Amino acid sequence: MTLTEKILARASGRPRVEPGDNVWVETDILLTHDVCGPGSIGVFKREFGQDARVWDPSKIVIIPDHYIFTADRLSNRNVDILRDFAKEQGLPYFYDVIDDPNGSWTFNAEVGQIKRQYGSRYQGVCHAALPRLGHARPGEVLFGTDSHTCMAGAFGEFATGIGNTDAGFILGTGKLLVKVPETMRFYLEGAMPPGVMAKDVILWVIGDIGFDGATYRAMQWEGPGVGSLNMDDRMTIANMAIEAGGKNGIFPADKATHEYVSERTTRNGTKADYNPVELDKDQKLIFDKVYDLSKLEPTVAMHPNPGNRALAKELEKVKLDRAYIGSCTGGKASDFFAFAKVVKGRHVKIDTYGVPATSDVVQELKETLWETQSVWNVLVEAGVKMTENASCAACLGGPTDTFARLNAPLTCISATNRNFPGRMGSKEAKVYLASPYTVAASALTGHVTDPREFLS
Amino acid sequence: MAKVVTSPVYVVGDNIDTDQIIPAQYLTLVPTIPEEYKKLGSYAMVGLPDELYPTRFMVEGSTEAEFKIVIGGKNFGCGSSREHAPIALGAAGVEAVVAESYARIFFRNSVATGELYPYESRERLIDICRTGDIATLDFDNDTLTVGDGTFSLKPMGDVRPVIDAGGIFNYARQNGMIPSKG
Ligand code: SF4
Repeated sequence: MTLTEKILARASGRPRVEPGDNVWVETDILLTHDVCGPGSIGVFKREFGQDARVWDPSKIVIIPDHYIFTADRLSNRNVDILRDFAKEQGLPYFYDVIDDPNGSWTFNAEVGQIKRQYGSRYQGVCHAALPRLGHARPGEVLFGTDSHTCMAGAFGEFATGIGNTDAGFILGTGKLLVKVPETMRFYLEGAMPPGVMAKDVILWVIGDIGFDGATYRAMQWEGPGVGSLNMDDRMTIANMAIEAGGKNGIFPADKATHEYVSERTTRNGTKADYNPVELDKDQKLIFDKVYDLSKLEPTVAMHPNPGNRALAKELEKVKLDRAYIGSCTGGKASDFFAFAKVVKGRHVKIDTYGVPATSDVVQELKETLWETQSVWNVLVEAGVKMTENASCAACLGGPTDTFARLNAPLTCISATNRNFPGRMGSKEAKVYLASPYTVAASALTGHVTDPREFLS
Repeated sequence: MAKVVTSPVYVVGDNIDTDQIIPAQYLTLVPTIPEEYKKLGSYAMVGLPDELYPTRFMVEGSTEAEFKIVIGGKNFGCGSSREHAPIALGAAGVEAVVAESYARIFFRNSVATGELYPYESRERLIDICRTGDIATLDFDNDTLTVGDGTFSLKPMGDVRPVIDAGGIFNYARQNGMIPSKG
């Protein structure tokens, strides 16, 4: 069996499963956030009763992250709905925006978008925060009310996005009916050359198979090349399985995985034991292809979808109005370090915005010194508008006062993961997806730019 | 009782993603709150670019679309996991989408909520039909009739009874998988 099949077999209490089988699986973690949490809670209460109790409070993780730093009244209210539910059900893993468990959240528009407005528990983008908080473990089943839940497949687990109704069902029962997907194998060899990042790997692959090329399927990453990818790299790659239509993306767990997971579960005091699945020899694959990482080049997905591939060097004519770095895919500390490496000592030519994925990325950028200067200041001096308010921000547009939202038909290069019309705001805007290196180099020149010329 | 729907159709292209079906700024609306459910319906498909879709799906200010059937191309509903997408269509009165293929989560959410029937076509109907054409969808025979053409659709199999029941909760109750409501 493949990794996905082995996990689903175990979670459904069967010796074997085959692609196409419909099986009831036990949930290890249910993840939700401010956009889909209130609706999922609504479904749970409607169906199981106003006084119903959730199936297991220790398995529910709630991370508000989408529409937080906005004066939109409904958005603020939605965070309050999460808080009330967490209190009522005694949920230990609710990472609130504010510290007062009896308070209510209101964004202060006068303080503005740049200065920190959250309390000590707040995290930021759920998929980036979840593993850092020790909620991702090899061999487990993670369901989340967000399509990029597949990011946690980097840790050797089955992780997939679901809707509110399914989540409401899980809240009451801990179970979900799942169709076992077929598995596609992406066999990696070599290591990425200078100037190439994990984002280029996944954009290249999606361009190859098409942005519906993995629909209903598991994308399994294997081969000696995996060892050359750190956990952040694997997260970036697993994150975008959904951009190829995939049900999940999954990496086998190795030493790097186990070290990361044990450090994180210890730090946050979460469940530390788990049972990983190992690669089998006899895997039934629907697709199997070798990719040599050393041959890849900086890659871009052009407007209007993530499978519309080109090389950065072929797009030098594309003029840009804006650059954006942030999101679960592209807002990790390693992404900002890469970006800073390119812009250090230089100045951006177009409006450039930076939104750290999580609050600890903010901290890390401020505490890491390059010579005598913090990386945060390197970015600010280069002209990047950095916000301390870690969140999804303009990655998905959001309410019109959202930081860096494309409120006009601009052309933007972005380190995020989706570029469908309207994704970042205006439906006439054009978004090009690229790695943090490429976004940084393009910010410096004002047109799509291969970053390698800035890295030598 | 025979299940048949006759309505003007609304025709869209390939890769209609969830941002076009219900743009992200409306996700603050919580579908389980009845007024907000209705509101979601009023914003269905507003993300479609104006120049490609001069006939708008929703008349501004109304909560119900005149189109009960949406005809789509490949990969309908791709993008986010937002259940708001099938819900917005369902709330606007859509009974079925007939597309060449679906993104997984949209399909699943349509079934789980019971909001609409996601039919798969065998032909590329978006090249054959035009917005405003009157069509008849026959659920018992899995056919769509437009003008003098009748097209057979792929039967929905396992998921059909779930939608008939009105979504997974009703279905699970009917089959004793969860206790019935007290
Ligand atoms: S950062 Fe963007 S892609 Fe990631 S969870 Fe938030 S909205 Fe979704």
